[in-house]
Amino acid sequence: MVRLLIPPTLRRLCGGEDTLQLHARSVGELIGQLHRRFNGVRDRLCDDQGRIRGSVLVYVNEEDIRFLQSQGTPLKPGDEVCIIPAYAGG
Amino acid sequence: MSNGNGFMKALKCRECGHEYPLGATHVCEFDFGPLEVAYDYERIAKTLTRDVIRSRPQTMWRYRELLPIAGEPSVGRQVGYTPLVRADRLARRLGIRELWIKNDAVNYPTLSFKDRVVSVALSRSVELGFRTVACASTGNLANSVAANAASAGLHCFVFIPHDLEQGKVLNSLIYGASVIGIRGHYDEVNRLCAEIAGKYPWAFVNVNMRPYYAEGSKSMGFEIQEQLDWRIPEHTVVCMASGSLLTKIHKSYQEFSKLGLVPATKWKIHGAQATGCNPITQAHKAGLDFFKPQKPNTIAKSLAIGTPADGFYALRVMKETGGSGDDVTDDEIREGIRLLAECEGIFAETAGGVTVGVARKLIASGRIPADSSAVLCITGNGLKTLDAVAGHVGQTREIKPSLREFEALLARENPQLVSA
Repeated sequence: MVRLLIPPTLRRLCGGEDTLQLHARSVGELIGQLHRRFNGVRDRLCDDQGRIRGSVLVYVNEEDIRFLQSQGTPLKPGDEVCIIPAYAGG
Repeated sequence: MSNGNGFMKALKCRECGHEYPLGATHVCEFDFGPLEVAYDYERIAKTLTRDVIRSRPQTMWRYRELLPIAGEPSVGRQVGYTPLVRADRLARRLGIRELWIKNDAVNYPTLSFKDRVVSVALSRSVELGFRTVACASTGNLANSVAANAASAGLHCFVFIPHDLEQGKVLNSLIYGASVIGIRGHYDEVNRLCAEIAGKYPWAFVNVNMRPYYAEGSKSMGFEIQEQLDWRIPEHTVVCMASGSLLTKIHKSYQEFSKLGLVPATKWKIHGAQATGCNPITQAHKAGLDFFKPQKPNTIAKSLAIGTPADGFYALRVMKETGGSGDDVTDDEIREGIRLLAECEGIFAETAGGVTVGVARKLIASGRIPADSSAVLCITGNGLKTLDAVAGHVGQTREIKPSLREFEALLARENPQLVSA
């Protein structure tokens, strides 16, 4: 199982949860799983071409997936995925 | 201000326009777009006139209708109204007709422009009932949050990259804040703070309080216009970390024009970065609307943000105003610091060296024409980044307490000063 940290922005849509355990072999699959469980989540995270929005940052084990393989970044059991808004900091 | 929200109407998503109540939230639920404070400009126009502004104390709060708090500021009441210095010697060196330095290196209380954004963020945090405040910082923000939180009796946590300049670390510790050094670069600090902000009921000035925080930067632009005798400068050069300051300087020019406080003239805003961390200027030079994230490697640690939160909007402002963007190497940064210090007696931190260095390039290349006028925004004091210039500014010459030895030294090094 992969551990997903849910940002406050999505918690209402995700039933108030701040963490979830999901089965997924890649970041893209994880987003799909999340969407199947909580309808509408994918539209918040991705644009109409299915790309993760520029306003969303995704980390796998604290590494930004844009430096890895983006949605193709592989996941294995025990990995931690974190989603945060890009508009913070600085 | 009779309305319970001052002159603020709502928080509004910059992307889709959804509106939210004026609480501690910074991101749209529908598309993760940034939330921005929406104002009642009609009411502001009836209150905020040049005469009213002139009648108020010389602080950033003379423009308070355009700053996002409901009542009077409770934190940082003395911040701002820093000098706008006419820089004729530097203008001659750079080859431009007229040059001004907006000198936030002497801002109160912590010698950087961050005191502006913190004054707003903490005043608003107090209005919303927070007792603990925090930030992710490359240094100056931590100093300001620590100092201003202390003055307001608030608990304070600041999160910084562990390898920041010693001056900046001490300048946060001295105020009694909890200073947490993260073994990583700033973007990793930022990610951690987003996670902490999602768990603890704290006011993170640049996370959940970001819509209010960001607006404080407009005060720098308001002051520039007033200090230029109510006009917008032709060219403004602004250094970029997240890109927020550049976008808010632009907004300040738009707001004063809209309210009729200044004539509606054209302006160009130029962005400056360090070559070792230049996601925005690199995208600008490539003609792109989006930036690619980077891992920073520059002595300009205050600008070392590889994923700039407002990068997209800063690119848009540069494009829409016809401004340009460029970046400078570490050596060029040091040269910029020296140039400003030697010509105008202003000692800026590395970000200031970036601004001067890039201004030099823009003028030399004609992107800022020689016969024009420009303002350089200097954002922090050189005393905070001594490490960056140590070993690069010459050395003292040591002599015995002997007039003969001194005159021998003078004859060797400054023969033109030797009297007959």
